[in-house]
Amino acid sequence: MYDGPVQDLIDELGRLPGIGPKSAQRITFYLLKLPKGDAQQLASAIVEVKERIGFCQKCWNISEQDLCPICSDPQRQTGSLCVVEEPKDVVALERAGFRGRYHVLQGALNPMEGVGPEQLRIRELLQRIREEGVDELILCTNPNIEGEATAMYLARQLQPLGITVTRIASGLPVGGDLEYADELTLGRALEGRRELQG
Amino acid sequence: MAHYRDSGVIVRTHKLGEADRILSVITENNGKVRAVAKGVRKTRSRYGGRLEPLRHLDLQFYKGRGDLDIVTQAETRDHWPQIRDDLDRLGKALTIAEAVDQVAQDKQPDIELYRMLCGALHTLHKGDPVLIVPAFLLKLLAHEGVAPALDACVLGGERTDLEYFDPRNGGVLCASHQRGTRISSAALELMRATLGGALSTVLEVQQATHTDEVAAITHRLWEYHIDRRLRSTELLK
Repeated sequence: MYDGPVQDLIDELGRLPGIGPKSAQRITFYLLKLPKGDAQQLASAIVEVKERIGFCQKCWNISEQDLCPICSDPQRQTGSLCVVEEPKDVVALERAGFRGRYHVLQGALNPMEGVGPEQLRIRELLQRIREEGVDELILCTNPNIEGEATAMYLARQLQPLGITVTRIASGLPVGGDLEYADELTLGRALEGRRELQG
Repeated sequence: MAHYRDSGVIVRTHKLGEADRILSVITENNGKVRAVAKGVRKTRSRYGGRLEPLRHLDLQFYKGRGDLDIVTQAETRDHWPQIRDDLDRLGKALTIAEAVDQVAQDKQPDIELYRMLCGALHTLHKGDPVLIVPAFLLKLLAHEGVAPALDACVLGGERTDLEYFDPRNGGVLCASHQRGTRISSAALELMRATLGGALSTVLEVQQATHTDEVAAITHRLWEYHIDRRLRSTELLK
């Protein structure tokens, strides 16, 4: 529709997740109006993130160095290892106050979409457990069908190693309404009830 | 009418955007419906927990302008918790769901398919029959009109010495017309029983060499006719 670089930019932006052709066009015209310095800052931020950020060689979280800040922190508890699907989940658990170590699988089992055990960082996890020694492995994959399948698959793989494997609890979200909870969630919340000390 | 209601089983989901999900639902009256469920990946979504594969639901849809409708309400009918808590059963259930997703046509009512799916998932919730997936695939192929011929040689018509099975020729072959792979008489009996109304006895059979044989033959037959692999079986390895 447009010529040369303008159309190129619209096409490139249109490949981003959640950005359709119309949004791509709108962002392109916003960028055209932007002072040159601001546009260059954006461009260099993209280049820099691609050049400097890779994966931690231990936990496969995103990292600038070979080891991420969490893996190279000697203050971290070494006994418990939390297995998550994505780097974003590490940030969520950090906010919740977990102070152990992590392992990022970089996805969850989803055979219909072509994600099998070989596509995840499972081999690296097993190697790590053997090398580093772990007392408890906490499976923090999402409580959806792919995450549950991944957790059950890992539990089966880890059984011969004789370490404690736990699964993150599922139940009602804080501030939610009981009447809107689905049967499975409510059932699990009931199973995981605790005694209240008066 | 912009809104409509139906019961259905979710066979597949895809992530969409920030917090939405696209569902493929095998419904009782509207065939396969593909619909968007908005905001359901957020922890506090009112019905997100229900809109997952292998859930049987009463749903309300809003008719969309394109191929995709929008889910506006969802109530659970069955959620078969035993399937979700067992990796083997989950793998089998997902394979069944994937097979149904491969054959179901968008918006083409097929109540038989819906009933077969609900029945199979209910059976898996109650127990873990070895042959449930092969039996389901055979039944589904028969439903699609491509049941294999199992009583007589497909080339010569002989009714004895049936020792081979060839998907390309559509069934069993005798020793003189040998094509495809060998089939044992025990495996052939199981396949005949599945299609001949003795499904309940087939589902009671324990794991053995001939059950593995039935599974391998059925998967080959499926791939020949549907021309697609069932990838969920990977979970069963």
